[in-house]
Amino acid sequence: MTHGLGYVAVAGQVTVVAAGAPLLTGWMRQVRARLEGRAGAGVLQPWRDARKLLRKEPVTPVGTGPAFRAAPALLAATAAVAAALLPLLSTDTPVSGHADLIVVVALISLGTIGLALAGLDSGTAFGGMGASREMTVASLVEPTLLLSVFALSIPAGTTNVPAIVAGAIHQPARLASPAGLLAVAALAVAVLAETGRIPVDNPSTHLELTMIHEAMVLEYAGPDLALVEFGAQMRLTLLLGLLSSLFVPWGIATGPSWTALVVALVLFVVKLTVLGALLAAAEVFWAKIRLFRVPELLAGSFLLALLAVTASYFLNGAP
Amino acid sequence: MSAIPAALATAVALGGAGAAAGLALPYRPRVPVVGVLTAGVGVAGAVAGAAALSGNRWAAVCSGLVPPAGAQVAVDALAGLFMAVAGAVVAAVAVYGIGYAAGRGSGGLGSRTAQAVLPLFALSLVLVPVAASVSTFLLLWEVSALGSLLLVLAEHQQHASVRQAGVWYAVLTHLGLVLLLAGFSLFAARAGGETFTALRAGASGVPAGVRGLVFALLALAFTSKAGAVPLHAWLPRAYPEAPGPVAALMSAAMVNLGIYGLVRTALDLLGGGPAWWWLGLLAVGGASAVYGVLQAAVASDLKRLVAYSSSENMGLVLIGVGACGLFASHGDRPLAALALAAALLHVVNHAAFKALLFCAAGSVQRSTGLRDLDRLGGLRSRLPVTAGCFALAALGAVALPPGNGFVSEWLLLQSLVHGRQVPGVAVAVALPLSVALIALSAGIAAAVFVKALGVGFFARPRDRRAASAREAPPLMLAGMALLAVAIVALAVVPGLLGDGLDRAVGAVGLPGTGAVSGGGARVRLAGISASLSPLWVVAALTAAILPATGLPRLRGRRGRRVNARLWDCGGGAPTPRMTYTATSFAEPLQRVFDDVLAPEQHVDVTPVRESAYLVRRVRFRHRVPDRIEHRLYDPVLRALAGAGQAARGLAGGSVHLYLGYGFAGLVVLLLALAVGW
Repeated sequence: MTHGLGYVAVAGQVTVVAAGAPLLTGWMRQVRARLEGRAGAGVLQPWRDARKLLRKEPVTPVGTGPAFRAAPALLAATAAVAAALLPLLSTDTPVSGHADLIVVVALISLGTIGLALAGLDSGTAFGGMGASREMTVASLVEPTLLLSVFALSIPAGTTNVPAIVAGAIHQPARLASPAGLLAVAALAVAVLAETGRIPVDNPSTHLELTMIHEAMVLEYAGPDLALVEFGAQMRLTLLLGLLSSLFVPWGIATGPSWTALVVALVLFVVKLTVLGALLAAAEVFWAKIRLFRVPELLAGSFLLALLAVTASYFLNGAP
Repeated sequence: MSAIPAALATAVALGGAGAAAGLALPYRPRVPVVGVLTAGVGVAGAVAGAAALSGNRWAAVCSGLVPPAGAQVAVDALAGLFMAVAGAVVAAVAVYGIGYAAGRGSGGLGSRTAQAVLPLFALSLVLVPVAASVSTFLLLWEVSALGSLLLVLAEHQQHASVRQAGVWYAVLTHLGLVLLLAGFSLFAARAGGETFTALRAGASGVPAGVRGLVFALLALAFTSKAGAVPLHAWLPRAYPEAPGPVAALMSAAMVNLGIYGLVRTALDLLGGGPAWWWLGLLAVGGASAVYGVLQAAVASDLKRLVAYSSSENMGLVLIGVGACGLFASHGDRPLAALALAAALLHVVNHAAFKALLFCAAGSVQRSTGLRDLDRLGGLRSRLPVTAGCFALAALGAVALPPGNGFVSEWLLLQSLVHGRQVPGVAVAVALPLSVALIALSAGIAAAVFVKALGVGFFARPRDRRAASAREAPPLMLAGMALLAVAIVALAVVPGLLGDGLDRAVGAVGLPGTGAVSGGGARVRLAGISASLSPLWVVAALTAAILPATGLPRLRGRRGRRVNARLWDCGGGAPTPRMTYTATSFAEPLQRVFDDVLAPEQHVDVTPVRESAYLVRRVRFRHRVPDRIEHRLYDPVLRALAGAGQAARGLAGGSVHLYLGYGFAGLVVLLLALAVGW
């Protein structure tokens, strides 16, 4: 496990998530634009935006404190650590012993909490509103995430993600079980909510009354804003990557081999491109639902996850 | 081998000296002397506990102490764990308490009564786990109950609401004592002895029905002490009204006694039981966890919020204990040991972060005179150390890495995940539900503490008193710093507890897990491929944050412009009144859980006399009552009040009537004797 290739795989995962996150967002915007009959700004636009923002003057608004300044870095850092932990390219990495799904879910929540505190820290009404809405959604998403994690870890007998993924590669029947399918549905809704996509939140809105994520980060400007946007894009990439690793695990390297790693990289990019295109296409046809209908959606996904866990217990329970 | 009795004797001597000093000394030297002696009690208790955790045992009979049977004492690793936790909390909080009580005159916590009771209460917290017979246990238990009651009432002259809280606390804690007396009497009578050794030996001979009744009575009393629903109503009243250090002692050390009693009696003395006991405990734990955290989510009183969070965390611990018993009743002893280890580790972690939360809340209340989150705000620049401590403790309370609560919740979840090995439909239904409830409470806890920290400490002050707050005195900060160090240690190297935790689990006859292996920073489960290394998570996060903060700076060509105006969507310079308050922050969550919380809203519209269409005044009132209390306690209280009113008719003042009552009473008694014999 302590071979050099493992480190390459971890570095590759972080790099591909970091470098690919803006591209995935650009790709999704481009797909949406084309489906809506617009030309679109091109896949590279988020990178161009980031470059523009990074050149601007850093600003610290009056009345904000340490939470406001630390949140962007925390958001990006939690996403990077989670990217290193998840088996996106290889299940055989030096950190795979630490790659616990509960830790990954908790790291993602930590980023959310950091941003919500930053929203409150600014002391503006919009910041507070965004934080309040974000935490309401997050407090209902976290249980769903944890429960679907459990549904998946019960047949594998562990919460260790590389072990779950490796098990699924060797026994594909696990994925087609009722528990697995229910868990996919629950996890997909949770991912939509956690990344602030339609129908829970509109990522491109700037209409104050409807926004959640944007309301929290209104006060950010320049390099800080670039980091916040970048962190959000990384989370989207990461969570879509998690979905693809858990439910379409084929192609992920399970041993130390350069070819397997390259194949895994290519397949990862293909999977994310397809997933991103599907999500973007779906968003064209969906409308954002009212904030107070969101809990109904999340309660539904929570129930799905609970059913998945119960099904896992009953179907795999008796040894 | 002699470390335990020596440390205990020191604790008793220091406690007695502290009580005497509290009574005898004048105000100025009273607070520091009593504080130092109380801290000594804590240190001695922690030393005794640590000695017991490192494998020593000690037992003694002091026949002269409690007249009829003599005081029986015994220390094993389980008692040692609770003694060490209580001792450590007492030591840190006593230091904090010197700063809290000093300089505020001889009212409140500095008063003669409070200062005399404080060392005795601290001593009782350390000594309850030492008791090895029913009479000794109940005596010490009652000392701690009365001590805490007197301390809760310490500030009764400053706030009128303290008295009401005191009445609630007195009634409920003594209701618990009545249940304990009933349960223990029944148990002792059937087992043929009141020492724990006799009970342990005689438990197997007690009929199953009686054992069940004993368990139900004791479990009700102990969960009430732990603040679990439904007998939790004292908790959100007593904690907010108690002075800061007292609330910290009660929430971090006294509630643990409930858990200790439960583990000691149910798992050790009764030797486990059928599945329904444990399913009941799981239900109580799950209900407390979710109900407590929901009430915390809608609370806008900072100390009430922290108090309800105790309910939540004790619920999680009870889930762990319940799962342990459930697994043990199905014969899976290694898994039972894991669940109990998780529960005990959570007791330790909860004690650390809850003591710090209450100390920080006490510091806020002391410097601002406010507990209402809606009026606080902006404290991070005025009380930087307090705010930092609150943030650290809150990170532990939301159970996210790198906080200390994460490690124990992780262990708890692991034990439940692996519960699938245990056969049985009840298990297959109960465990997923428990996981769901833990997950839900963890999710809402995040919102709760974001609210407490974000609204109370960040943004800008909404009240003059919050705006002019000054940082707490150095001794309060020192006490909080001690707790903060403990939290960091528990978060990063939980392995420090390692073998001690295993021995504590072993004390109830379960095999050790080796989960939190000796001295290491890694949590690894034997036989299960799961491991967690908190130190590694901290290192990875630090390694990732550094480039994330550094890289954007490299590209930035200009220096940082500080003190720019807030944009606020072009509105600019929002006033403090425009910021989100705790009530508004919690509103969406409250709406989501409308059916559970049943909030009450009253809108009174007063029109002008001339026209109903012209409004003179609109009054809006909104509150979220404790619903369990409303449904469970109010009818009982109403019935009691009604009975009291009706009984007044009996005493009409006529002597003839009273003589008649006496005669009727005699006749009834004679009839009863005639029929009964």
